[in-house]
Amino acid sequence: MAATQEEIVAGLAEIVNEIAGIPVEDVQLDKSFTDDLDVDSLSMVEVVVAAEERFDVKIPDEDVKNLKTVGDATDYILKHQA
Amino acid sequence: MSKIKPSKGAPYARILGVGGYRPTRVVPNEVILEKIDSSDEWIRSRSGIETRHWASPEETVAAMSIEASGKAIADAGIDASQIGAVVVSTVSHFSQTPAVATEIADKLGTNKAAAFDISAGCAGFGYGLTLAKGLIVEGSAEYVLVIGVERLSDLTDLEDRATAFLFGDGAGAVVVGPSQEPAIGPTVWGSEGDKSETIKQTVPWDRFRIGDVSELPLDSEGNVKFPAITQEGQAVFRWAVFEMAKVAQQALDAAGITPDDLDVFIPHQANVRIIDSMVKTLKLPEHVTVARDIRTTGNTSAASIPLAMERLLATGEAKSGDTALVIGFGAGLVYAATVVTLP
Repeated sequence: MAATQEEIVAGLAEIVNEIAGIPVEDVQLDKSFTDDLDVDSLSMVEVVVAAEERFDVKIPDEDVKNLKTVGDATDYILKHQA
Repeated sequence: MSKIKPSKGAPYARILGVGGYRPTRVVPNEVILEKIDSSDEWIRSRSGIETRHWASPEETVAAMSIEASGKAIADAGIDASQIGAVVVSTVSHFSQTPAVATEIADKLGTNKAAAFDISAGCAGFGYGLTLAKGLIVEGSAEYVLVIGVERLSDLTDLEDRATAFLFGDGAGAVVVGPSQEPAIGPTVWGSEGDKSETIKQTVPWDRFRIGDVSELPLDSEGNVKFPAITQEGQAVFRWAVFEMAKVAQQALDAAGITPDDLDVFIPHQANVRIIDSMVKTLKLPEHVTVARDIRTTGNTSAASIPLAMERLLATGEAKSGDTALVIGFGAGLVYAATVVTLP
């Protein structure tokens, strides 16, 4: 069954916590990965790959640069999840 | 039909000696920062690189190779005249004809050894090692010298903040010879030419023909830029970490080695972040020594694995007889992984 927006944000929060050590409660829809959460371009790739596995979605390299905020990533996953 | 006598080789092959050459000039990040808007902290956090070596005009591809090879030959305890083939992997020797391997073979004092260059980017060492093993087991050579050598400072765009800090120069060499026991595992290798745009030279050489320079990129002073290596960082990172971890695992499986059996991991020194993520993805146990020579050497492409191997053995972090997983990956995209017994 497809994940809800709430489940996706919670999942992303766990992933960002695991990869960048950011507290899960800081991971909110309006937060920028780079500017607010200290996730650099390479950690972002790790976040994306972990999200792909967790939500059964493909996020190609050319789309990664458009995922600026947690909200961007959540919307992308909502739209593209299998 | 006449009967052809079969060739007779050794039962197995092994690395008998390793040597490295690092150019004299050590270049700290401060020098890189003269031409790009970045910081020492940014460079270290994105790549792990603190310093790299840049070659002087005298430290040519051939000169660095000869230094590294001399050490490898001495380490192997053989004489240069016993070497039957010299394989050089490089992308930064700017005279394509003749191959630089012939000059190296001559100056080392080999007895007219077969000598040729290969182009396999950062996987060059693994490609060369695989050829060497084949030549020895098949019987075309008793000892093969495999050299990875680069002057990547010549192919670096110092005004590109994404790559200016990345590359270094140096040479690494190994002598491969006969063995009664398997000491070089099956190679897992391949190419993915559909990803050729991911890492490449900015401009092909033939664009520099007279009359065809008008559309070439210019530097900040208005001069035509020399070709440089450019890459799509995120795409390379994803491929290197997640696809290459699978290849590394396949090489372990092919050699019948579990991560617990492994003593040393020597991946191509592309970026410390790639190395750290690969270690995590492969779930390598704590006891495995991981090469992180990139911190003081930068990315030296084909030279990086033998250079890192030599340093681990010299510092005592690894020892002769240890079981090591080596994996190279880079422009092509190409890759090669195998398990070896360290010399």
